[in-house]
Amino acid sequence: MGMAAESQFHVLAVDDSIIDRKLIERLLKTSSYQVTTVDSGSKALKFLGLHEDGATNPNTSSVSPNNHQEVEVNLVITDYCMPGMTGYDLLKKIKESSSLKNIPVVIMSSENVPSRISRCLEEGAEEFFLKPVRLSDLNKLGPHMLKTKFKDHNQKREKQEEKAAFQSPKRQEQEEQHQHQQQLLQQQSNNNKRKDIEEGLSPERTRPRYSGITAAV
Amino acid sequence: MEVGQMQRRLMDYTKSLFMEGFLDGQFLQLQQLQDESNPDFVVEVVSLFFDDSEKLLNDLTMALDQPNVDFKKVDAHVHQLKGSSSSIGAQRVKNACIAFRNFCEEQNTEACLRCLQQVKQEYYLAKNKLESLFRLEQQIVAAGGSVPIMEMGF
Repeated sequence: MGMAAESQFHVLAVDDSIIDRKLIERLLKTSSYQVTTVDSGSKALKFLGLHEDGATNPNTSSVSPNNHQEVEVNLVITDYCMPGMTGYDLLKKIKESSSLKNIPVVIMSSENVPSRISRCLEEGAEEFFLKPVRLSDLNKLGPHMLKTKFKDHNQKREKQEEKAAFQSPKRQEQEEQHQHQQQLLQQQSNNNKRKDIEEGLSPERTRPRYSGITAAV
Repeated sequence: MEVGQMQRRLMDYTKSLFMEGFLDGQFLQLQQLQDESNPDFVVEVVSLFFDDSEKLLNDLTMALDQPNVDFKKVDAHVHQLKGSSSSIGAQRVKNACIAFRNFCEEQNTEACLRCLQQVKQEYYLAKNKLESLFRLEQQIVAAGGSVPIMEMGF
């Protein structure tokens, strides 16, 4: 019911090719994700509530950083080669935005260019998929979205606790203890993430995926 | 013809398309994404491919017809066609595009025109084959049968 809707992940897919948009949408829906597709980086930024110049939409709520978009986006998957704003440009804009930088970004490309792959990973992309993307590739998305959900959840609880802080001293003490615990958990998950990034350039990440049938160009 | 025969004919036809290199594994991926909730998925994607490709082939014809050919533009169109044909598993079209891009890089108009001919040829062949395949499927469904799922066993 309400719980089910909240636990479904929402993916924003960006690709200028209508065929690839249809394909990625079907792949994502088959994997039980909610999907929104857009055909350009600038439309993606608009959907995320960010204008190209970095300013955020004044109409959206400013209660918490996570509410800048109308609908919460748990992951952005984008094509690399697009006219105007490339997938790399989009990745950069998301990672440079204080409100959006925690959203995991995945890059797709039909071209197997090692320097391109490492550039994207260094800029903060979680994964790099070679096209055509397959269902098995999408199995890698879950962990990235879960990580963010857990982080978001902690941040939301902290905010709630801050609000509730104007209470009796005893209650306040309990809240503070709880907040402290939350912060420890948060730090722990941050540390893990840093470790992941350091270990991140493992063979699994930088070795391009070969489809086994088509030859790399 | 009864349903069983039609189904066998479809299987044989599909197999031949793979054997002759018209289709590759990506087409099977598309079929696997089709189910009761999306029964026309493959036809829909392939139809999009047809529309998109014909537009691209027109654009390519015009671009190569210019006195000063803009090879960057030509390459961009071929890149797009290569991508979409790869996405639906139209292997021979994709391979023709790969060859085409090499000549774009060389800025060789004559060779590009030859490549365009080749790509057109492969495209219309693929279109023909796929339409035949879809017709066979329709016949089976119209006769009350179900479309058999292709196995990678061959």
